[in-house]
Amino acid sequence: MTSIYNFKKITPVPTGSDFLDIILSKTQRKTPTVIHANFAISRIRNFYMRKVKFTQENFDERLKGILDEFPKLDDIHPFYADLMNVLYDKDHYKLALGQMNTARHLIDQVGKDYVRLLKFGDSLYRCKQLKKAALGRMATIMRRQKDSLAYLEQVRQHLARLPSIDPNTRTLLVCGYPNVGKSSFMNKITRADVDVQPYAFTTKSLFVGHMDYKYLRWQVIDTPGILDHPLENRNTIEMQSITALAHLRCAVMYFIDLSERCGYSIKEQVSLFHSIKPLFVNKPVLLVVNKIDAMKIEDISAEDRVLLDNIVDNDKVEMLGMSCYTEEGVMNVKQTACDRLLQSRVDAKMKGHKINDILNKIHLTQPAPRDDNPRLPFIPAAAENRPKYDPKDPNRPKLERDLEAENGGAGVFNVDLKKRYLLEDPEWKYDVIPEIWQGKNVADFIDADIQEQLDELEREEERLEAEGYYKSEEEEMDSEDEALEATANAITEHNRLTRIEARLKTTKNRPTLPKTAMKRNVSEMSDHLESMGLDSTEARARSRGVKRARSASRGESIARTASMARPETSVVRDRTMSGVRNVKQKLESEKVRKLAQRTPNLFAKRGESDRAVQTKMPKHLFSNKRGNGKTDWR
Amino acid sequence: MRLEKCYFCSSTCYPGHGTMFVRNDSKTFRFCRSKCHKNFKMKRNPRKVRWTKAFRKAAGKEMTIDSTFQFEKRRNIPVRYDRDLMATTIKALKRSQEIKAKRERVFYKNRMSGNKLRQKTENQALVQKHIHMVDTPAIKNLPQVQKVAAKNKLMDVDMS
Repeated sequence: MTSIYNFKKITPVPTGSDFLDIILSKTQRKTPTVIHANFAISRIRNFYMRKVKFTQENFDERLKGILDEFPKLDDIHPFYADLMNVLYDKDHYKLALGQMNTARHLIDQVGKDYVRLLKFGDSLYRCKQLKKAALGRMATIMRRQKDSLAYLEQVRQHLARLPSIDPNTRTLLVCGYPNVGKSSFMNKITRADVDVQPYAFTTKSLFVGHMDYKYLRWQVIDTPGILDHPLENRNTIEMQSITALAHLRCAVMYFIDLSERCGYSIKEQVSLFHSIKPLFVNKPVLLVVNKIDAMKIEDISAEDRVLLDNIVDNDKVEMLGMSCYTEEGVMNVKQTACDRLLQSRVDAKMKGHKINDILNKIHLTQPAPRDDNPRLPFIPAAAENRPKYDPKDPNRPKLERDLEAENGGAGVFNVDLKKRYLLEDPEWKYDVIPEIWQGKNVADFIDADIQEQLDELEREEERLEAEGYYKSEEEEMDSEDEALEATANAITEHNRLTRIEARLKTTKNRPTLPKTAMKRNVSEMSDHLESMGLDSTEARARSRGVKRARSASRGESIARTASMARPETSVVRDRTMSGVRNVKQKLESEKVRKLAQRTPNLFAKRGESDRAVQTKMPKHLFSNKRGNGKTDWR
Repeated sequence: MRLEKCYFCSSTCYPGHGTMFVRNDSKTFRFCRSKCHKNFKMKRNPRKVRWTKAFRKAAGKEMTIDSTFQFEKRRNIPVRYDRDLMATTIKALKRSQEIKAKRERVFYKNRMSGNKLRQKTENQALVQKHIHMVDTPAIKNLPQVQKVAAKNKLMDVDMS
């Protein structure tokens, strides 16, 4: 259960000097810092105005945060308001927050004034001085709040450690003189671990413990002990108890120690009860007599007995005995207290005006009986007369389990799922049903009136046959058509090739060989001619004839053989020989060249000048393409 | 076990083949191969992709209306097994598929019927116009070709 009164989340309040440091360093960080005297004056003014405004806004924001986060005494539950009054002094607290508010307003005013003045600053120096003055004045105001800030920080720390008491939930409140066993009781019934010591005022503040009863969550509040003296004389510790008693709607458990080991007589304890009785109005009160292991209720003296009876009789208080030491009666006390509180809460709710809303939601229907006929459950005769299954009976009905045992037990026996099929002919049970036929699902064809459909189809087929739907003449191609098609194909092909050639011609970007340079032999030519349907024999014969003719003219004259031709001069010089004296030198230089090339060749370099470092791991070879195949083979 | 149809190309998907995509509204899409799956992922409409059955049917390239189609459909009516019914069913299945194939043949033939004539006229026009392009005397000098080409010349004369 989360309490709405959780003061743990208040942000820490910095001390006066820290506060200033935070704000000023933020100004320094978040606003521009570079300015020059030769900038336009409007720019300089804006620069400083921004600084002043920014600082003022930051102060404002921070102070507003403090004011918002700290609980306002008028808004919170009176219990907390009173508790804070007791612990931190209401006046002091309000004064501190008020001062924060004043400081905020003053700083706003300072900021506004100096921004106004900055509008008339006529030089960088003047503007800077104004800004300095503004921040200085703001800092002075803040420095004056040093004490308030320190106080608020203290309050915050203490508030955060307050037990989170929910003022509206089911609460048991334990009170009484110091050292009567309040904290021991608390430890017994809740999960809390409160310090218990054999001296007075061990518990110095309120403690909260939680327990479950009737599936509800209950909170138990342990209070410091109270002494019997007027309210004005009570100290802070006692005042916390009084606050809790005064403001919480709870079951009050007033603890009394009859053994007087606490150091206070029964009379004193009873008189305390009477003096704080006004705080108990409208609350279920339980008089818990503790330490009955040391002193029983029956054993006390007559006059003390009268005092106790007086309380029980006059104030409608229930008296219960218990002992935290022996745990006798502890649960009884707890249950009684819880029950009485629950009862009183329900009563209070019943008196409230919201009760109708709740009652409207609850409605229990009780149908009115139609007649006096008894309506008993119907059990069929077959079910009623069926003999009870008995595993020892030899004539018992056979179960699957028995069949399993007969046919080899678990793991061997296979359940026959088909034996209970309800078919027209029991023979069909084990038929193998075809599922697929030539890419068709047989199940898609199953239909109760498939025969009629088939008959209908056959009739339709006969009709179509009669109508000559299936008759059609085969179209034969005659020789004329074939020849025509071949010609057309030839033309298309010719067109295609011409088009390609033309395209190539327009985008010529390469050396071309003259037609004469292309080597063609006779057989190629004749093949081509024959493919065109021409007779190639003539052409062949011609080429052969030319050859023969030439060979016939080979008979050379003696004069010709004797004559000497002019020595051939090569137009192109052999460059390999340039720069070398003789063949030997050339061979040597080639050897040296090859040797020099060996290393670059080894590293696949283009030459000496190739110093490129290639990509060591080319991305396209190493990136993970694992969609297909293995990592090694892609 | 059922044979499913590929969502994209409508081919038969045998058990253990292809992939299935289950959309978050639990509609399932069966694909016969990754090609179909990829096309689906590219948000292509099977009716507009030429190689799918859906396209061929939509474009009138295949028989779509026929009584034989009434036989194969999911009826979603459970029928208790009956040996005689099963026998009839299989008989009907085979016969209906046979008839369907026959009708599909006729359909194809009808669809292709005009092609021959069209081709011929086109060829004639081509030859008449471009006979000079043929440099193969074996073809050029065929009497049939000459006849067609000659018609063109006559027409030229008429024109002038």
